[in-house]
Amino acid sequence: MMTDTRPPRLSRSLHPMAWWLWALGLATAASRTSDPLLLGLVIAVCACVVAARRGDAPWALAFRYYLIAGALVVVLRVLARIVFGTGPGTVVLLDLPQVPLPDWTSGVTLLGPVSADAVLGGLYDGLRLATMLVCVGAANALANPKRLLKSMPPALHEVATAVVVALSVLPQLAESVLRVRRARELRGPHRGRRALLRSVVVPVLEDALDRSLLLAASMDARGYGRSGDRTAAGRWVASGLMLLGLVGVAAGVYGVLDASTPTVLRGPALLVGVLAAVGGFTLAGRAVRRTTYQPDRWRPAELVTVLAGIVPSATLVLLSARGMPALVPDVSPPSWPTAPLLPVAVILVALLPAVLAPPPLRSTPPARNPAATLRGATT
Amino acid sequence: MIRFAQMSFRYPGSAVPALHAVDLEVPEGELALVAGSTGTGKSTLLRAVNGLVPHFTGGHLDGHVVVAGVDTRDAPPRELAHLVGYVGQDPAAGFVTDTVEEELAYAMEQQAVAPATMRRRVEEMLDLMGIAELRRRPLRALSGGQQQRVAIGAALALNPPVLVLDEPTSALDPAAAEDALAAVLRLVHDLGLTLVVAEHRLERIVHYADRLLLLPGDGQVVAGRPGELLAASPVAPPVVELGRLAGWHPLPLSVRDARRVAVPLRERLAAVPVPPVHVRPPDGARPQLVVRVEKVTMRHGEIVALREVDLELFGHSVVALMGRNGSGKSTLLWTVRGVQRPASGRVRCEGRVGLVPQTAADLLYLETVAAECAQADLESHASPGTCRTLLDELTHRPGDPACRIDLGVHPRDLSEGQRLALVLAVQLTAAPDVVLLDEPTRGLDYRSKEQLAGVVAGLARTGRSVVVATHDVEFAARIADRVVILGDGSVIADGPAAEILVSSPTFAPQVAKILGPRPWLTVDQVATALRSPVRTKDGAGV
Repeated sequence: MMTDTRPPRLSRSLHPMAWWLWALGLATAASRTSDPLLLGLVIAVCACVVAARRGDAPWALAFRYYLIAGALVVVLRVLARIVFGTGPGTVVLLDLPQVPLPDWTSGVTLLGPVSADAVLGGLYDGLRLATMLVCVGAANALANPKRLLKSMPPALHEVATAVVVALSVLPQLAESVLRVRRARELRGPHRGRRALLRSVVVPVLEDALDRSLLLAASMDARGYGRSGDRTAAGRWVASGLMLLGLVGVAAGVYGVLDASTPTVLRGPALLVGVLAAVGGFTLAGRAVRRTTYQPDRWRPAELVTVLAGIVPSATLVLLSARGMPALVPDVSPPSWPTAPLLPVAVILVALLPAVLAPPPLRSTPPARNPAATLRGATT
Repeated sequence: MIRFAQMSFRYPGSAVPALHAVDLEVPEGELALVAGSTGTGKSTLLRAVNGLVPHFTGGHLDGHVVVAGVDTRDAPPRELAHLVGYVGQDPAAGFVTDTVEEELAYAMEQQAVAPATMRRRVEEMLDLMGIAELRRRPLRALSGGQQQRVAIGAALALNPPVLVLDEPTSALDPAAAEDALAAVLRLVHDLGLTLVVAEHRLERIVHYADRLLLLPGDGQVVAGRPGELLAASPVAPPVVELGRLAGWHPLPLSVRDARRVAVPLRERLAAVPVPPVHVRPPDGARPQLVVRVEKVTMRHGEIVALREVDLELFGHSVVALMGRNGSGKSTLLWTVRGVQRPASGRVRCEGRVGLVPQTAADLLYLETVAAECAQADLESHASPGTCRTLLDELTHRPGDPACRIDLGVHPRDLSEGQRLALVLAVQLTAAPDVVLLDEPTRGLDYRSKEQLAGVVAGLARTGRSVVVATHDVEFAARIADRVVILGDGSVIADGPAAEILVSSPTFAPQVAKILGPRPWLTVDQVATALRSPVRTKDGAGV
């Protein structure tokens, strides 16, 4: 009897940065079009990849909340268009009376005739926003946000630790609020909302303070923040360079975006800023003496994943720059959206990681099947 | 390995030193057990070993603490991390990362251990602590015993010669506590680790200790061999109390040793009827049904917390509710209290129910004890001063005026036992007919437990029905006349305390293990029996 004896692909976690670049690529692609068919396709691609390659950790289960949030965005967007008046359009769906507003609200109207053009415009707009949201949600579900912080350059280690600790405090805080509120019910009725607020807030804050002290003691006892051989002077130079770099980059970016700024503030400021920042990062990074357990590495699968995100984004950016009409379907008068072939093809490229990325690690290993082990041993 | 030389320490803003002129030495490879009542400075002593005292806490330290040749004056805790592993009272609060493997690697990452070495050490720790199958699990999803083992593994990852554990078993059920302790003891024996451990429940660990550091409460530390020190110690496990009563010498510290020397005592007691621990209900009173739980099912999402539980509670009785962590004890108490509504089934209550939750401090939110008491009177429409009177009664200890609670003090500054008393007083102000206590002995020393046992007995005497969820088998044996054991949300056993406790290997108190198979539960019982005239077979008194 012939059976497929190839072992399943080795599971490992993909570099979190690869997933984020892939997702941001898709989000960029989505931002360049308002064609509902293309946007729907992007969402479908995200959902497929998430379904195929997410792990079983708590953050991986949050994808549905992003879908719900996306739906909410669309609904709100359409409702806003209706409530704040749509003005005359080519096709009027519903003729609502307009609410008269005082003069100082010039430009804002309330209700009035609802045109299909405006509703459709709101729908497309909301859908575009929702799609970008879903892309971020997909990245969140596929890559552990904390692991992403771990692969930050060593100079940002301290900032990353602070963010990680803050992230883990949130669920604890929620737990503590629930516990205290339940305990609150053990005491009789109380007077006033302020008393209620206080009787919950005070114990919760005390709890949070206690916990953070315990955490700090534990981190201290386990060697966090060892100075090693770092000197105070070296630390000052590194911090100074980083600060200078950030200011330079900010000024430079502003200069590039705003055409009216003098040329000195454009290219040169950006260049100096980047150089200073890189110098500061290297100096600070060199002084940090720490290693990473099982660091994520870049391998072919990571590259494929990033490429699968870059292809649609680059193509759509290029097409929209050239002014491809099908990317922005007409809403006035409403017309059927078309799904142009090239964008569809490049968005489908983003589906590749669903197959080419390695399957994720499970937190609970699957139970060994004794029959399978036996078969493997005898053949 | 560890040396304290004329070490004194005072917390900032405190006039009294927490530790005073401490001289002690723990040689390499020893297991030193730190014992003493609450507030005598056990945690301070432990934290001084790795420099958290005074570098983290602040305060003033005189003298020297030297660990493996390094004076903690010169090195903050982070620079001592490779010498001393430290696990605090609540291991979950000390977790920095979110999966088991990452947590084990954390200290090594900070120490810049080479990735290949790190990989190997993590594997070794997973095996040593027996948590290999949990490696990728989120830390928050682990049980208390598993969390404790992960925390110990994480502290040992740097291979420090010294390990410091602050109450490693206080939150664990008997089986999980055995588990965690067994893992630690293996390390002590296999790796020659120097271990300093504080523990309220001496009976769990004293027989493994090479050295006892006893803190009498005046800032001093008395060091010596456990057998010698315990002979005169105010805090002692039941096996030692029984040994003192029977006049055994040398004093046995483990059930095994005691059982061997107890042969004559068992023979002498064989002819005596076992006196009851309690007489409940008192003569003439008829037990009255106050709570009836009928086929109650509770769910938390997909997890079934209670599965068709039937239970009846009577007045004049104390029920000990036992079972491993997560078996549904707390859920049952909250359901009886009526805060959680069951998914099916119903709870019928005749009268009011009061509940003291596991983290009693959740109930307190005002600035002073007096304000809390006044608020309690207001909330339960009791006459002013009711709560204060109750609090005085609860904390009254004959011949010891020091334990009275100062009404002007902030509830947070109370000791564990005093805070429990305050919350109990707040709950009793509403004059409940049923009193539910969830893990009240957590963090209590022998004396506070003794007092709590007196309070519980008093509540039962006045006709109330008391339910105490507890892991502490010795406490359960002292207070309960009935024991209910929960497992996986169902009632596994329900019956008289003597019957249920004696026959269980995990829930049997030490006295039962030593004097079994007859149902002796407490040292007091044995004392009563020995006082009464022993009748020989022909009926003549001896």
